[in-house]
Amino acid sequence: MNIEEFRGFTIGDYHRLFKEKKLSPLELVNLFLERIKEKDNKIHAFLFLNEEKAKDEAQKKAENLPDELPPLWGLPVAIKDNICTRDIPTTCGSKILENFVPPYDATVVKRLKKAGAIILGKTNMDEFAMGSSTENSAYGPTHNPFDLRRVPGGSSGGSAASVCSLEAPFALGSDTGGSVRQPAAYCGVVGLRPTYGRISRYGVVSFASSLDQIGTITRNVEDTVTLLEVLSGKDDRDSTCAPYPPFGRSEIPTPEEIRKIKVGVPREYFPAGLEKAIGERIQEILEELKGEGIEIVEVSLPHTDYALESYYIVAPAEASSNLARYDGVMYGLRVEGDNLQDMYFKTRTLGFGKEVKRRIILGTYSLSSGYYDEYYLKGMKVRTLVKQDFEEALKKCDLLITPTTPSLPFFLGKKIQDPYEMYLNDMFTIPSAMAGIPSISLNCGYEEGLPIGLHIIGGPFEEGKLLGLALFLEKVLALPAPFPQVKEDSNE
Amino acid sequence: MSNFTTTIGLEVHCQLLTKAKMFCHCSTDYIGKEPNTLVCPVCLGLPGSLPVLNQKVVDLALRAALALHCQILPQCVFHRKNYFYPDLPKGYQISQYNLPIGVDGFLEFYSQGVKKRVRIKRVHIEEDAGKLIHEGMSLPPDTSGVDCNRCGIPLAEMVTEPDLSSPEEARDCLMMLRNIVCYLGVSDGNMEEGSLRCDANISLSSSSLLGVKVEVKNMNSFRAVYRALSYEVERQKKLLEEGKPIFQETRHWDEVNGVTVSARSKEEAEDYRYFPDPDLLPFSIKEKMIEEIKSELPELPLQREERFMSEYELSQGEAEILVQDKEIADFFEDTLRDFNEPRMVCNWITTEVFKNLKELGITISQSKVTPAHLAELLKMVDKKEISGTIAKSILEEMFVSGARAREIIARRGISLISDEKELENIVREVIEKNPQSVADYLSGKEKALQFLIGQVMKETRGQADPGMAKNILIKVLSSEE
Repeated sequence: MNIEEFRGFTIGDYHRLFKEKKLSPLELVNLFLERIKEKDNKIHAFLFLNEEKAKDEAQKKAENLPDELPPLWGLPVAIKDNICTRDIPTTCGSKILENFVPPYDATVVKRLKKAGAIILGKTNMDEFAMGSSTENSAYGPTHNPFDLRRVPGGSSGGSAASVCSLEAPFALGSDTGGSVRQPAAYCGVVGLRPTYGRISRYGVVSFASSLDQIGTITRNVEDTVTLLEVLSGKDDRDSTCAPYPPFGRSEIPTPEEIRKIKVGVPREYFPAGLEKAIGERIQEILEELKGEGIEIVEVSLPHTDYALESYYIVAPAEASSNLARYDGVMYGLRVEGDNLQDMYFKTRTLGFGKEVKRRIILGTYSLSSGYYDEYYLKGMKVRTLVKQDFEEALKKCDLLITPTTPSLPFFLGKKIQDPYEMYLNDMFTIPSAMAGIPSISLNCGYEEGLPIGLHIIGGPFEEGKLLGLALFLEKVLALPAPFPQVKEDSNE
Repeated sequence: MSNFTTTIGLEVHCQLLTKAKMFCHCSTDYIGKEPNTLVCPVCLGLPGSLPVLNQKVVDLALRAALALHCQILPQCVFHRKNYFYPDLPKGYQISQYNLPIGVDGFLEFYSQGVKKRVRIKRVHIEEDAGKLIHEGMSLPPDTSGVDCNRCGIPLAEMVTEPDLSSPEEARDCLMMLRNIVCYLGVSDGNMEEGSLRCDANISLSSSSLLGVKVEVKNMNSFRAVYRALSYEVERQKKLLEEGKPIFQETRHWDEVNGVTVSARSKEEAEDYRYFPDPDLLPFSIKEKMIEEIKSELPELPLQREERFMSEYELSQGEAEILVQDKEIADFFEDTLRDFNEPRMVCNWITTEVFKNLKELGITISQSKVTPAHLAELLKMVDKKEISGTIAKSILEEMFVSGARAREIIARRGISLISDEKELENIVREVIEKNPQSVADYLSGKEKALQFLIGQVMKETRGQADPGMAKNILIKVLSSEE
């Protein structure tokens, strides 16, 4: 079989081939491994390939085809490198965890395995998920498969690029301020950030605990639904995980019901700086939805401008504390020093990259006595206002539609020297993350061969409605899943 | 020379008696365990691990807070206390800050016979850190190891207001606090093993303003608390009298040399950057739970002490000694059920029972002597079936062998001398044999009577009751005149 045949595949399609004995899990794993070997020297989506174990696991499965296939049976999955995988390195894209091999699986990894998935490898990311381009990886950047000169977005750039280039059928990412949705938009794939608390964070290396949420990156919305069913649900190991049963596809409204919903368009998400093509494409789609009978209303989220600023107070504050454990004492990198202080200093100086250091310093500052009220506390108050904005807006409509990003995938090196410019890339994804509400990015078209992401935001635990509209849109737009040529300029 | 008032406040940490650690399922039974054998990704703070609160920790701390008459806040929050140290795997300690479990309580206790009250500022819960090991563990030279068995063990911190005015008071307050947590089953209160730790803040002043506060640490027994604070009083008094400044600092008690030593200056105090732990949700304590725990609180040491004073007519000192150990107080009351002579039972427990326990190096719960067995023995003494001296030696054997008094008496062939006539015969024999002593006694030398009593006891191989022997001697001697 040729991998290109899988271009439009859902998990159900693979399962059909398995059942018809036209494909075995081992053949499938081998096909993806071949694809990775062929393309990943250019893309650099993977930091670690779990080749031997994946083949062994696939072989075992190939020998024992069950009558009833568990939801992800036999399917390889790529996992962002900040999600702990037992006996498989988990570096977070950082030098400081270069040799770290967790002795345990994250809850999401356990659930993937239980559902029959096979771990293909670990994907590249901005160090500790801090960044929007994957350029902050200590192991070199990932390239956008649509145009290798451009970034795939970040921080889950490796996961998004691998799914985009069909090096993996789907992947896990993590989203703190947009790290799943923005790279999904840049790579033309589907990226879901569920409600905070929908999926357990146990085993996900913390960046900003009150914002971190596991997300999925898939080639179609249908697979997102399947993954959310597998991954969601209460976990006794995570106090912040909601005590609700797993998501079920029965929560998704029918297309007829979707036609009756009201979609809000927040005016603050169409600022002057928005890339023209993106704004226009979103407007076109809104018109199409109107044509389908869906009511479109304008809404306002007045504190949008402050969301980004408060995010860069709250997230670094939590990060400064979460990253304190990388001190060279128990695991990871240690650079010997003249004394304890010196060891700490040398280890953290050498082990952390520039952006991570920048955020540790920012966060340490805003938590310091004398500055706490002025920064951290104020940041948290603004966060509440941002949340209230969404509550108000979502009283007037069921879901919100916005662009995922203000710009198209940019060139490597273009924004890395200007952190503020880089931060602005997440201006549309940060507010819903601050509010803890679900949102999804899906491809809605191309501009000069580069994908444009459309962003849907919903109320807390209303993934059903969110995915309902995403499925509906996917059908209306009828765009083929990406299969880029992987070369140094865009495809069209 | 001016008079100085001493002001002391205590910060007491006690290990809460839970089977599992505060945020994971690891065992808390770390004493004598190999380093790093009671650990998991959570208490080691491995990347990705998350804490989940052990509800039992809240229950126990709540019990302590309520016993200390604290107000329970409707919503409690865990904060992170950030600092770097190798025994702190996460680089922060999960603790409580401005929303602890209890605030504004008080504690009453007796000090030198006078009832005192100290206000309790707060009761909060936090996790313990690990322990640095400087030798063993097959460490290379000049290196230290970290034992994380203690990481994540639940602690309650109880902070008093600076209401204590002497080292004695501080010690007595701490003893009462220890008794309370033991009575509640909240902690085993063992200072030597570190399950109860006490730091003190102490200042001296000759005016109504408070003096400069010095923090004293590393006091590992009640005696150490008393000695360290007494040392500080003298040290600070001397400085003030000489017009020298007192620095705000932390000082460590050096038990061996009996001095406090400056540890670090508070001026360069760390900024712990407290903030609410985003991994743990705020928790609220329901009124119903408070009521439930309140209704289940046992009789506390002070109540019991005062009941012993009124019900059994014991002195405050006697009552205090008994209630200091809940098991002793229980033993005392259990003995009274079979032999209702409080004063006599109290005397025997606080002298003979204590002596035997000390010699055997055991606690009352480990002893082979039951309250019923002690009551049986004391009844025989009371009926003058055996002498006190004999009873003491029988009790000793009871503690060693676990046999009951009557068995020991039978085995030793001790005949019980309760017959006054028989004793009178022995007395007459003794009088006959010791004419000189009799003469001395009759000429007014009281000492001679003691000698004669001793002789009677010798003749009876201690089986006579010395009181009875004395009475008979006096009676017979007076008829000699």
